[in-house]
Amino acid sequence: MTAGHRLVPILLVISTVMLAASPYVIDAAPYESTMGLVQRIFYFHVPNAMLMMVASTTCGVASLLYLMRRRPTSDFVALASAELAVVLGTITLLTGPLWARKAWGIWWDWDPRLTSTLIMWMIFSAYLLLRRFGGAGSEVLSAAVGLFGAVLTPFVYWSVDMLKSLHPKTTVVATLPRPLAIPMIWCLIAFICFYIAVLILRVRLESTRATLERTYLLLED
Amino acid sequence: MRHLRRLLRAGAVLIATVALSGASLVAQANDGFELAKAGDIDRENLPATPFVFAAYAIVWIVVTVYLLTLWRRITKTEREVASVAARLEQQRR
Repeated sequence: MTAGHRLVPILLVISTVMLAASPYVIDAAPYESTMGLVQRIFYFHVPNAMLMMVASTTCGVASLLYLMRRRPTSDFVALASAELAVVLGTITLLTGPLWARKAWGIWWDWDPRLTSTLIMWMIFSAYLLLRRFGGAGSEVLSAAVGLFGAVLTPFVYWSVDMLKSLHPKTTVVATLPRPLAIPMIWCLIAFICFYIAVLILRVRLESTRATLERTYLLLED
Repeated sequence: MRHLRRLLRAGAVLIATVALSGASLVAQANDGFELAKAGDIDRENLPATPFVFAAYAIVWIVVTVYLLTLWRRITKTEREVASVAARLEQQRR
């Protein structure tokens, strides 16, 4: 068992405890002046959106490394990150409309940030479908898809600053007043722990699958 | 007398025109706006609590379901590796 694997239960316990305590930490923070209670969706929505972008970037870097060097570990990391990008993207795309319905009066708007996030989620879903049903050699094609998805990340991030958008700008997080920043950092740490733990577990799963494949080949020989 | 009749006829036409245009304006107004019914205003002011609870529930459900499926996949694959490795060991003997 590697140090990374030993870290998983610790990270999962930290994440679970922090997430369980998060309603109390969030409740202790004051209300935002214009949105009031519904703004509290922010503390779960934003860390997930941030980590979705981290996952997509990791997938892109690992895919590029795989295309250059063909090391299986890069492919495992890329696949794990793509799956995490879809999971975290699902949370982001479901919690966002709940906030929008109350704050903007609509569930969805074809605004640059929302649309580009949906496209990115669809690209990583396509990556996973390709891996699931693509057959032999799909890892090379999916690496190209992963790279394409990662290239979209800066556009998703800066779309709110570059284009006319209903969505709050990127400066919101950096300029948060201290009482609102505390629950935000709390939830971000909890989700970072979850992200690292799951990434290690998912890479372990792919590594075990590769071992299984090798063992089957030895058995056939 | 003839002048009076003409005057009365013109007055009647004028009154009818005004009445008809007024009626059409009322009809137009009804097409665009509707009076609020009892409880409409309360419904418009959406309470935030269900949205916040739903968002938190979604996070917990997605995270838990994902972790459980991941754990299930890992244990299943590791069990399969152990079983195939045992078969391989047997074959070697």
